[in-house]
Amino acid sequence: MKTKSPKFPSPATSLPKCRTGIQGLDEITGGGLPRGRPTLVCGGAGCGKTLLAAEFLVRGATQFGEPGVLMAFEETEKELTANVASLGFDLAGLVRRKKIVVDYVHIERSEMQESGDYDLEGLFVRLGHAIDSIGAKRVVLDTLEVLFSSLPNEAVLRSELRRLFRWLKEKGVTAVITAERGIGQLTRHGLEEYVSDCVIVLDHRVNDQIATRHLRVVKYRGALHGTNEFPFLIGDEGISVLPITSLGLNHHISSERIATGIPRLDAMLGGRGFFRGSSILLTGTPGTGKTIVSANFAHAACKRGERALFFSFEESPNQIIRNVHSIGLRLEPWVKRGLLRFHSARPSLYGLEMHLATMFREIAAFKPDVVVVDPITSLMDSGTASESKGMVTRLIDYLKAGQVTSLFTSLTQGGHALQQSESAMSSLMDAWLLLQDFEGNGERNRVFYVLKARGMAHSNQIREFLISNHGIDIVDAYIGASGVLTGSARVAQGDLEKAAVLVNQQEAARLKREVERKRTAIERQISGLRSEYEAEAEELRRIAEQVGTSTLMLTTERAASGRLRQADVKAPDITRNRAGRIGRAN
Amino acid sequence: MKAKKTKKPGAALRRPSPIWQLRLYVTGQTQRSQTALSNLKEVCEAHLEARYRITVVDLLKQPQLAKGDQILAIPTVVRKLPRPMRTVIGNLSNLDRVLVGLDLQRTAKP
Repeated sequence: MKTKSPKFPSPATSLPKCRTGIQGLDEITGGGLPRGRPTLVCGGAGCGKTLLAAEFLVRGATQFGEPGVLMAFEETEKELTANVASLGFDLAGLVRRKKIVVDYVHIERSEMQESGDYDLEGLFVRLGHAIDSIGAKRVVLDTLEVLFSSLPNEAVLRSELRRLFRWLKEKGVTAVITAERGIGQLTRHGLEEYVSDCVIVLDHRVNDQIATRHLRVVKYRGALHGTNEFPFLIGDEGISVLPITSLGLNHHISSERIATGIPRLDAMLGGRGFFRGSSILLTGTPGTGKTIVSANFAHAACKRGERALFFSFEESPNQIIRNVHSIGLRLEPWVKRGLLRFHSARPSLYGLEMHLATMFREIAAFKPDVVVVDPITSLMDSGTASESKGMVTRLIDYLKAGQVTSLFTSLTQGGHALQQSESAMSSLMDAWLLLQDFEGNGERNRVFYVLKARGMAHSNQIREFLISNHGIDIVDAYIGASGVLTGSARVAQGDLEKAAVLVNQQEAARLKREVERKRTAIERQISGLRSEYEAEAEELRRIAEQVGTSTLMLTTERAASGRLRQADVKAPDITRNRAGRIGRAN
Repeated sequence: MKAKKTKKPGAALRRPSPIWQLRLYVTGQTQRSQTALSNLKEVCEAHLEARYRITVVDLLKQPQLAKGDQILAIPTVVRKLPRPMRTVIGNLSNLDRVLVGLDLQRTAKP
């Protein structure tokens, strides 16, 4: 528990206080009980008066070096020792070391006869002797009112009690006097009349079959104090009062991000997962896979080598391990390696405060990096709405102070009211994921979206959430003209789209083939024309050659005949001209 | 135990009357404790005829003795013997109550 002293006036200007060492009580009273004065603690049977008084003494002796005297009127020293041993206090050891004196005062009325007047000087002597023997600074009288039934003369008793409280003040001891709660007044015998400096009322109420203890400072003369009723509980380490009002909002904030174990979810959260030390609410209707997401979260933490603590209020650890094994998540190696710890308890096992104390203790002992509470709602059912909110506030506060990332699952019933019913809790959370069922086409499909995630960009998309043998898969839901489609409808829509694509593809292929065919036809035509042309060109060339040859032969013959006729040489010109004609023909 | 006055003259007359042991707790020499002591002596003389022993304990001097006999009221007379233990508180001014409280009547009237 974080104990930051609240802002109360400085001790110099107010009453000197005597710290009780009781968790939370010093915060409510602004530093403890009034030093050197008597304080009345009253309450009904079984609300923890004696334990509170005993803890005041024990803590005084062990933590503040103030020895104490316990004058018990109801229980023997042996009984008291056994009773406070359950809080981890070694009363017998303190008595041996002379830190505490226990004096059991017992008067058997049947063995006693009254004759003439008397006073209670014997009580003063005994108390004075006990105080002086160890130099006590603290005194507890538990329960003084027993005297009213053991001593016949009430008038004497009252005047002696008045004297006793004055005497205690003179002695300068800080006293705690316990008394039974009366009808119409604080104590059965009106002790508040004598002890008027500080009055604390304890109360044990049963609400919906769950009992919760409350503490209230009714009166504190000369000092500011919390006037509310605060729940308190008696745990293994004594009493702890849990003031919600004293919790501050000044945690150390980390900007480190941690993965959720579901890559697609990390992607929805800006690609990097949640902030370390943030609190995450996972809301869902029954059977939407909340536990599986939580198990994934714990698994991812263990994989990073971090420690995860899993509070389960509905399933046993083995059941969870078995169930998530079916989706391919193996948790037992982490349990064996000591990285994962389960704590299972029925919500109705004890009251909210006790659950909270148990969780605090588990968290303090295990020092986890990640805490999963599955589900927080069944726990919240054990108290009233305001109590549960207070409890969640304290739990979140405690976890945040320790930089522990927490995932709370919350079970909601169907319908839109779910978001309203969670609004009280969700405002305490940094991130809120919603798992929901979509009904349609004769099937239920899970969808998933991020409702809020403080301080990070996150996807606004609804995703379909699939759980298979290989784990969790988050896929895009089909969003089209006909709304959000999931499951087989999404698959069918996908198939329709595929078919349409196929048709298009086939059409395109057909067109392509057609074009190809045309192209080959044209090419064939072209090549036919070309060969025709080539054939003609060949013919032409042949003819030209023939002409050339015949011309040459003609020239040669003419030259030969010229020689024969002794003609002058003009042959080259003729040849050139003929050659030019041939070139044109070519 | 501080024996202030002891009266034990000769042997007891009858068998079923052992010596009574009475303890008177006081705080200092107050008027009330003086009265109680004289009243006690008177009663004892009248009913026990010297078969008694009174021890006066001053708690201012021996405060640790208060716990043993569960003393709260002052003055207190405790009958240590014969058993069972009996207690009378006050200055013993009411004689009947003293007789009842110490269970003296029966022994006194054989």
